[in-house]
Amino acid sequence: MTVALPRRQRSPGPDAPWVDDVAGRLVRPYTVSRGRTRPTAHFDLMTMVRATGRRPAGLQGPDYDRVLGLCGRPVPVAEVAARVRLPAVVTKVLLADLVDCGALTARTPSAASAGPAPRTDRALLEAVLHGLRQRL
Amino acid sequence: MDFVNDFDPRLPGDPEADSFPTAVKVLVAGGFGVGKTTFVGAVSEIAPLSTEELITQISVGTDDLSGVADKTTTTVAMDFGRITLGPEHVLYLFGTPGQHRFWFLWEELSHGALGAVVLADTRRLDQCFAAVDFFEGRGIQFVVAVNEFDGGHHYGPEEVRAALDLAPEIPVVLCDARQCASGTQVLLSLVAHLLSSPVLTSTPEPS
Repeated sequence: MTVALPRRQRSPGPDAPWVDDVAGRLVRPYTVSRGRTRPTAHFDLMTMVRATGRRPAGLQGPDYDRVLGLCGRPVPVAEVAARVRLPAVVTKVLLADLVDCGALTARTPSAASAGPAPRTDRALLEAVLHGLRQRL
Repeated sequence: MDFVNDFDPRLPGDPEADSFPTAVKVLVAGGFGVGKTTFVGAVSEIAPLSTEELITQISVGTDDLSGVADKTTTTVAMDFGRITLGPEHVLYLFGTPGQHRFWFLWEELSHGALGAVVLADTRRLDQCFAAVDFFEGRGIQFVVAVNEFDGGHHYGPEEVRAALDLAPEIPVVLCDARQCASGTQVLLSLVAHLLSSPVLTSTPEPS
């Protein structure tokens, strides 16, 4: 016996601001608090970082050491944050400091900087397709 | 853990630009309990990782005359996994937080994403309506993957498509979120769908 599936109604238009029934309007922490203005702080979760081999002059501390220790190979911000168990927003500040002193180099993948509906190039998609097929 | 360590012959004239693999991102969305974490874990080459975002919540409707709104800071975790596709490409899969209140995180997560997988459970199909709305409203390409649970009534893809009122070009596939091969097939259907998209650029834009 078939039970009728519930039907989705298409939404009428763009979403209103994010408002939670209980908490009210939700705002990012750096919107209401300090926000670094240094350009190196423009990390997103997929920004790749790697160590340059240069010592971080002037930056001391176990957090910097742990972060730097994870960056011997190219690694995205999300993975660094997860492995050091710090919130992403905090990890980004540490990474920005390390980039500023030359101990890290960073790159935001072009596909990840093209906006919410990127014009993705065919070569990239074909490489992804090929890589996935090899896993089967 | 030994991915891309061996691919970095630093080019003399090109300092560090080429020493990064291209990281691409796919979102895995759907309602609470639909199997997002299972899906990510099944296809990922690493045990799923979790990153936290700090969320500051400001209550509206508090007394504006005080000039200070009530603020609380909480965290929300986002699970993700990794698939190394070769020396030059690595795919990250992000499970999106299910609760409505964290949806603004989807805005950041979806920025630059290749596309999305909307996981659907036909026992609770309405759980995925919001995800479909989200991606549809922003022009983000997605596929719908119906997670087949044992014992549930199996609906055909066309029944699910009709119920979701999907555009005809959007793929609807069946999957078992616990199986790596099945999840990989879902990702392949997403990439194939992206390759058929009319907005694709075949070569870099001349400038």
